[in-house]
Amino acid sequence: MTTDSAAAHSTIDAVWRIESARIIAGLARLVRDVGLAEELAQDALVAALEQWPVEGIPARPGAWLMLTAKHRAIDRIRRDERLASKLSLLGREMETTRQDASAEFDAVLDDVDDERIDDDLLRLMFISCHPVLSTEARVALTLRLLGGLTTEEIARGLLAAEPTIAKRITRAKRTLASNEVPFEVPSPAARPARLASVLEVLYLIFNEGYSAMAGDDWMRPSLCYEALRLGRVLAGLMPDEPEVHGLVALMEIQASRIPARLDPAGRPVPLPEQNRGRWDHLLIRRGFTALLRAQQMGQPPGPYILQAAIATCHARARTAAETDWRQIAMLYEALATLTPSPVVELNRAVAVAMAGDTEQGLRIVDGLAAEPALADYHHLPSVRGDLLARLGRHGEAAGEFRRAAALTRNGPERTVLLRRADDCDAGG
Amino acid sequence: MRFLMTVNGGGRAPDEQMYANMGRFVEEMTRAGVLLATGGLDRGTHVTAADGNITLTDGPFTESKEVIVSFALIEARSEDEAVELARRFWKIVGDGEGDIRQVFGPEG
Repeated sequence: MTTDSAAAHSTIDAVWRIESARIIAGLARLVRDVGLAEELAQDALVAALEQWPVEGIPARPGAWLMLTAKHRAIDRIRRDERLASKLSLLGREMETTRQDASAEFDAVLDDVDDERIDDDLLRLMFISCHPVLSTEARVALTLRLLGGLTTEEIARGLLAAEPTIAKRITRAKRTLASNEVPFEVPSPAARPARLASVLEVLYLIFNEGYSAMAGDDWMRPSLCYEALRLGRVLAGLMPDEPEVHGLVALMEIQASRIPARLDPAGRPVPLPEQNRGRWDHLLIRRGFTALLRAQQMGQPPGPYILQAAIATCHARARTAAETDWRQIAMLYEALATLTPSPVVELNRAVAVAMAGDTEQGLRIVDGLAAEPALADYHHLPSVRGDLLARLGRHGEAAGEFRRAAALTRNGPERTVLLRRADDCDAGG
Repeated sequence: MRFLMTVNGGGRAPDEQMYANMGRFVEEMTRAGVLLATGGLDRGTHVTAADGNITLTDGPFTESKEVIVSFALIEARSEDEAVELARRFWKIVGDGEGDIRQVFGPEG
């Protein structure tokens, strides 16, 4: 590969990453099928790979890709009568607002109507997270269509085999087509549930990245930044939705701890022991701003705002000892009311204990012992061990830490837990 | 990956058109979740530390070509992406010089 052609390939990769979601979104509005839209966009990418190294990089690479994809779309519609009749059928249904297809194409191409592209992008987010798809299909499709990630990158990020992801994405696109899922922003009645799905998918992607361990492929932690980026984009598209800002705030603040969450040996460092100087204060500030924005909308806080508020309590404390655990316990109580779950209850127990009432914290934990959802959850015995140790019951605490160590699949975490058990045996 | 993009001094003064285009570009990058922070730098004080002594002198002066006059901190997914964004930035600015530097982060 010559230097020029290598440079062209780098540019193409970058342009694709930056523009592909908008191109696919614009095309999907025209052809009413995200699978086909992506295929057409990929065709344009292939054309770029053929032409740019020879003819040079166009002045407006994004517009070039969009124009090329548009031509492919027109070719396809001419060749495929079934598609043409489907589109004209759709056209007739909405003939009041639709102009002819070609004018429509030009509008997309001109790219002047940013608002329209924004609408398309929002539609693409909603359809990628559509409830007709399984959760794992939503995650893969979102990374593919909105993130512009390759199948290989998604597989590396999710620790899955590449053919598995390829199949998952193909099937997802087929499911959307066969269910004739419309390419639209859901109606106000359906919107809260549909938005919840979008937020859930973004947070799942974030957590997938956040659970990455030392030595993992960099694609994994980079999923955090991808989710964060998509969250920021969504906040721009839906500025009046407090929970969107809540999720962004939560992710900004959690991401701020990434530089501090592992020790040099790659073992996870619990939040109270993290070096706060290593927290990314730029992200913390962004998180505060997003949370403030969400809270100023004056609606009762949803689950993401509450979780962001909890994260903010930690971020605001200059030392672990200054943490306002009483406030955190209250926020967990509100969260437990809104979205009751044993995991939230376990976190509330920790906050109650940290706020000073260890006995009460332990009572909450003991109340969770029979929870089937927590049967294999290593944090339950780990928290219980922690509280027992605080109360000086070292023998029982050691047993809990060993139980937790046997349950965790994270090697470095197991080491930490076993060490704590040994410490307890030695008398705390 | 985080990158610090800088513009060095000595370039042409921005006109109204450039302000408008740059405003639009900055908004676009912010909405795309890419731009984290941006700012312009005034002249300042130069510090030299040697043998435990600190000497302060006037400058740097923003007219000088080697001096950073503005910066943008961005979160990009690859160096190629940072370069592509820089390309778009410089298309708006026109002639001048600057640098693209990766900021050490958890990935490095």
